[in-house]
Amino acid sequence: MFQTVIMSLNEGFLKTLEIFFLTLLGALPLGLIISFGSMSRFRPVKWFVKTIVWVVRGTPLMLQLLIIFYGPGKIFGTQFNIWGTGDIGRNVAVCVAFIINYACYFSEIYRGGIESIPRGQYEAGQVLGMTKSQVFFKVILMQVVKRIIPPMSNEIITLVKDTSLARIILVYEIIWAGQSFIKSSGAIWPLFFTGIYYLLFNGLLTVVFGYIEKKLDYYRG
Amino acid sequence: MTCLEIKNITKKFGDTKVLRGISFEMEKGEVIAIIGSSGSGKTTLLRCINFLEKCDTGSITVNGTEIYNAEKRDQYSDNYIRKSRLNFGMVFQSFNLFPQYDVLKNITLAPELMQIKRKMPDTEKKNIRRQIKEEAYELLKTVGLSEKAGAYPCELSGGQQQRVAIARALAMKPQILCFDEPTSALDPELTGEVLKAIKSLRDAGRTMIVVTHEMEFAKNVADRVIYMSDGIIEEIGTPQQIFSDAQSEKTRAFLQKSNYEF
Repeated sequence: MFQTVIMSLNEGFLKTLEIFFLTLLGALPLGLIISFGSMSRFRPVKWFVKTIVWVVRGTPLMLQLLIIFYGPGKIFGTQFNIWGTGDIGRNVAVCVAFIINYACYFSEIYRGGIESIPRGQYEAGQVLGMTKSQVFFKVILMQVVKRIIPPMSNEIITLVKDTSLARIILVYEIIWAGQSFIKSSGAIWPLFFTGIYYLLFNGLLTVVFGYIEKKLDYYRG
Repeated sequence: MTCLEIKNITKKFGDTKVLRGISFEMEKGEVIAIIGSSGSGKTTLLRCINFLEKCDTGSITVNGTEIYNAEKRDQYSDNYIRKSRLNFGMVFQSFNLFPQYDVLKNITLAPELMQIKRKMPDTEKKNIRRQIKEEAYELLKTVGLSEKAGAYPCELSGGQQQRVAIARALAMKPQILCFDEPTSALDPELTGEVLKAIKSLRDAGRTMIVVTHEMEFAKNVADRVIYMSDGIIEEIGTPQQIFSDAQSEKTRAFLQKSNYEF
């Protein structure tokens, strides 16, 4: 029994990890782009982006998952069901929803970090003849990274746990894997046991972030 | 030879006229000190010269070439402004070193970004890097910080940081070096080393504009002194003229308030 449970949970956890890493891969750069939008000096862009961030942060991720997955097909007719009927479509839909959702949260963290860098840093780069992008990537970004590690680690640990929402559109992640044993054999411990997976993985992430923070601790400011 | 010609620069922030028509010329190798009380527009003037602000009227001419004219301000591309800036170096009151880089990298970063192109063969890149590094060590020597090349800004005193900032500005080989109150953020016992560094630059023939509250320094180091008040040049002249024989009542009042003994 134990072995069957572990095998099953491992399978679910693999999906959890897949959602987690794909979301990070998409949301980290997308968040930066969104943060530029929300700091844009061109008002329409700024307000458009701010509205999107408001909507995405203002509604539950679970609802967003449902809308993104069922929306196209149910609203515009089955021929618009871009996700198809297979597992692949579900997985893609989950990633799309997670990436958009997390990119919006990340964008605000980036914005806070970028705006916390003193103007003198930009000006110092400018008077040395650097281009705007050189100033950003060579002078500002590293300082931003250092400042946003703590809030980022918070958000990323939340992401690990939020992946459990994917089951709402029938993606077989670890909570579902654990819960299925209640039906099949009446055992509830597999569901409780999933907590160990989350704890261990988040423990690992905490160590990694601690390491990065320490790595960046060689300078102050 | 006239190196810099400033003509009728004005600058408003909202309704506040910070600069109300500034004109002066300076010769190559000359050192001009700008003195005046807070809010008189000294810093804004320097920032306009460095294009950190765009002045509303007026023009800036370097070595006979007009590089900026406010009438054409909308026509200048970012790239043009960026290149024009390289005529000037700027040393800030608060140093503004890049905290994540060591002293050497602070100095070499901008020259490397400027000179190294992505498509260059690796050997050429290496040569340029080596040369920039050698020059950086040379500059560190002139500001007396050779042994600090590997230190991070947070490990340095304010005076040392400011001397690194001077070396960093020099690395871009500007024609004219501008200082915005370079010692105002320093503890009194640290101002001496920075002023000494600036003095040695004068002895090496650098063209410099120094906004300062150090009257003694302005008197001893500058070739000419500008006293600014309410956004205009109240008086300009040799240190002798300004400090011993000021014509303007305002200048005399300012110097007296600054506890300057005639």
